[in-house]
Amino acid sequence: MNTLPKALSFKMPAEATPLGYRARPAKVLLEVSGLRKQFAHGDTPAVERVGFSLGEGEMLALLGPSGCGKTTTLRMIGGFEVPDAGTITLRGRDITRLPPEARGIGFVFQDYALFPHLNVLENVRFGLRKMPRAKAEARAREMLALVGLSGLEARKPHALSGGQQQRVALARTLAVAPPLVLMDEPFSNLDAAMRVETRQEVRKLLKATGSAGVLVTHDQEEALAIADRIAVMEAGRVIQIGTPDEIYLNPASEFVASFLGRSNILRGNANGMRVDTSFGTLPLSRAANGAVNLAVRPEQIMLEPDPAGPASVVGREFRGHDQLYWVQEGERCMLVISGPGASIGVGEKVRLRICDCVVPLT
Amino acid sequence: MSLTTVISPAPWRLPRARVIFSALGLLIGGLMVLPLIWLVMRAAQADMAQVIGMLTRPRTLQLLINTGLLVVSTLALATAMALPLAWLVSRTDLPGRRLINVLAVIPLAVPGYVMAYALIGLSGNFGFMNQVFGVTIPRLQGLPGATIALALYTFPYIYLNLRAAFAGLDQSLEEAARALGATPREVFFRVTLPHLMPGLMAGWLVVGLYVIGDFGAVALMRFEVFSYAIYIQYSAAFDRVYAAWLALMLIVIALSVVWWESRLREGAHFARTGSGAGAARRQLALPRAGQALGWAFAALVVLASIGLPIAVLSFWMVRLDDLPGVLPELFRAFSQSLSVAAPAALLAAAMALPVAVLAVRYPSPLSTLINRLAFVGYAIPALAFALAFVFFSLHGARFLYQTHLLLVTVYALSFLALALGPIRSALYQARPSVEESARALGHGPLSVFARVTLPTIRPGVIAGMVLVFVIAMKELPIAFLLAPTGFRPLAITMFSRTSEGMLMEAAPYAAAIMAFSALFVGFVLRHDKKS
Repeated sequence: MNTLPKALSFKMPAEATPLGYRARPAKVLLEVSGLRKQFAHGDTPAVERVGFSLGEGEMLALLGPSGCGKTTTLRMIGGFEVPDAGTITLRGRDITRLPPEARGIGFVFQDYALFPHLNVLENVRFGLRKMPRAKAEARAREMLALVGLSGLEARKPHALSGGQQQRVALARTLAVAPPLVLMDEPFSNLDAAMRVETRQEVRKLLKATGSAGVLVTHDQEEALAIADRIAVMEAGRVIQIGTPDEIYLNPASEFVASFLGRSNILRGNANGMRVDTSFGTLPLSRAANGAVNLAVRPEQIMLEPDPAGPASVVGREFRGHDQLYWVQEGERCMLVISGPGASIGVGEKVRLRICDCVVPLT
Repeated sequence: MSLTTVISPAPWRLPRARVIFSALGLLIGGLMVLPLIWLVMRAAQADMAQVIGMLTRPRTLQLLINTGLLVVSTLALATAMALPLAWLVSRTDLPGRRLINVLAVIPLAVPGYVMAYALIGLSGNFGFMNQVFGVTIPRLQGLPGATIALALYTFPYIYLNLRAAFAGLDQSLEEAARALGATPREVFFRVTLPHLMPGLMAGWLVVGLYVIGDFGAVALMRFEVFSYAIYIQYSAAFDRVYAAWLALMLIVIALSVVWWESRLREGAHFARTGSGAGAARRQLALPRAGQALGWAFAALVVLASIGLPIAVLSFWMVRLDDLPGVLPELFRAFSQSLSVAAPAALLAAAMALPVAVLAVRYPSPLSTLINRLAFVGYAIPALAFALAFVFFSLHGARFLYQTHLLLVTVYALSFLALALGPIRSALYQARPSVEESARALGHGPLSVFARVTLPTIRPGVIAGMVLVFVIAMKELPIAFLLAPTGFRPLAITMFSRTSEGMLMEAAPYAAAIMAFSALFVGFVLRHDKKS
């Protein structure tokens, strides 16, 4: 059983410890390979050839739009669905066909799934049935203290707020000290402010207890904020795995480029590390050749007022910390983000300039 | 990895809990259906000529016509009472709507045979009307008597369904029709009534099946329908083969009613299709004359359905000179009713659990089949169902014949569907993620069932048990055919005294049954409030 820190301060964000892009983690905890699942009612597989590995203590986000197979993947790891093909190994042991209770993997559900007939303490103690009662009770209290819920032991779940229910669910899962915790959209039932705070707490808690985590989310901001690595899924497949920075700065496809943040897509003619576009010759982030699509982030574009400019502002959204512009240039509408400084009115003529390397898409 | 391992499906491993629940479900389904084989076997003892003779007998045709007439007239009378009441309560500002709402459900506390007793007790030289008002009325019997007795008892089922239908009806549909130029009358027939039809048909199905299977009221009213004929054949004429044929015909009629209702419902789509918010409920302001008319109607229905049995029962109870002398016998009958109803309730809930779990947690063609089978005992008229078990225990399982155990089992099977309803909806409301998180915390499926599922659905299980318990307390036809020798629970004692004309002697038993059935109504009302 892991030793627990006495208490955690939840105010500061946990330090990021990203692992290298495409590198296998130093100590592999979970290895998923060739996972496939087709449901009786679906005409295409919900999950197809999904594979990745996860290191001890690492936090991975499965990110994708609804229906991309991320929850099915998570449920197969948890043992709630049996894959049609593929293997799942945990610390070298094949667990593909084991029932959930024999896996020792924690699962936090979207609706928290607290037992409505048990109080908070009994909920947290539920998984500790092999422990002597007194010891289990002590451990449960310790977990409740860790998530900051001491004093609420006798409450029933319905008498807790959403955030508190979330913490009880987490304490209940972490009480059995699982090497891996699976989380299915754990923050989606919280309001926006709670969500930002809670996700850092969760990250910190997992790091403190040494449990690895796999988190399913459709919220790119959440994935970027909480994960060591992100696996982007589309239509049942993993299309890119990497650290948040790598995926944001170097999206592999148009789908990734537009799903993680906003992107402008340009066409160009690449030649090695350079590409010819209507904005002139630009540096590329990685080598490419021939006609390619290019991703340009809105903040990579400079906006200069110019009465003789070829483009004009057609829309503007002031967002406080920055401003979002829609700029029409010929047939094309570009999205541009600039600082909160001098604003340019709708209808004014402008000139666009790209001042960074652009990403070729496959 | 070779290509074949990628493509071939995972070796199919059945979860243990599923195997156990499926086995239990099949056992229950088998218990439900197997005895019917003995009924068929009994019927098959007749040769072809005999069968044709029996089926084409003018008497058989008469029974068929009488059964049909009774169903139609009862449904018509019950609807004529229920529809205006439901409309008054749901759609108008009539003062005292809430009171009417409660009073309209209370007649459920008066079983059909008690209602028949009350109607009979009105008539004759020593009857209520002559003694109190000095008017001798002839004994009510035959089709009118049976229709009135059954309609007065069953109209609350239609009322409850209609009220739910009124509540579910989006009033903006009616307003849209008005805006499109329809008169109120056209709106009622072209918009409101079609939307009430599914609820109305659900009520008709319950009442129709009840009427087809009823035996107490028709026997007391001496109206020759199938169940009454089975009773005569079984108890007096001892023609078991003809009784078996009559039972089979009765089953066919009941099942064709079920089939017809489900066919009609299939094509119907009445759910709201738009995503717009449903408008708030609006109530029609009744003019003064309308209010008076509404109250007069409600009072008439309440007086007939509640006032009448209470008045007649009190009338006979007061005439009873030796009430303390009756008490030991009453207590014996009550405890005998209790001794079958309580274990039957437990058994029915225990049987309903695996069936409900299969339907909700492990849906499959097998689960669907088992769930259909679970309704067989409820859909088949009680007298025919009990007759099948008589033949089964006589020829298939002699050690069960006329035992307490058999009676309890048949009660449980017959009322399984009643216990299944609340248990199944409790399971539907219990989120599967709660069970899954218990699995993730290291508990096996059976441990999860005992420690998480059962406690979560406990209110549903208790509701199911109470329903079965109260219904079994006043059950008549099954007890009539399957009671062990010397076993005379409340319903049988009351029925046999009434049919021998001993109305005064029957009164305490009828009162006990009514008092107990009132519990059932209290229960229905409590559940009604929640939904």
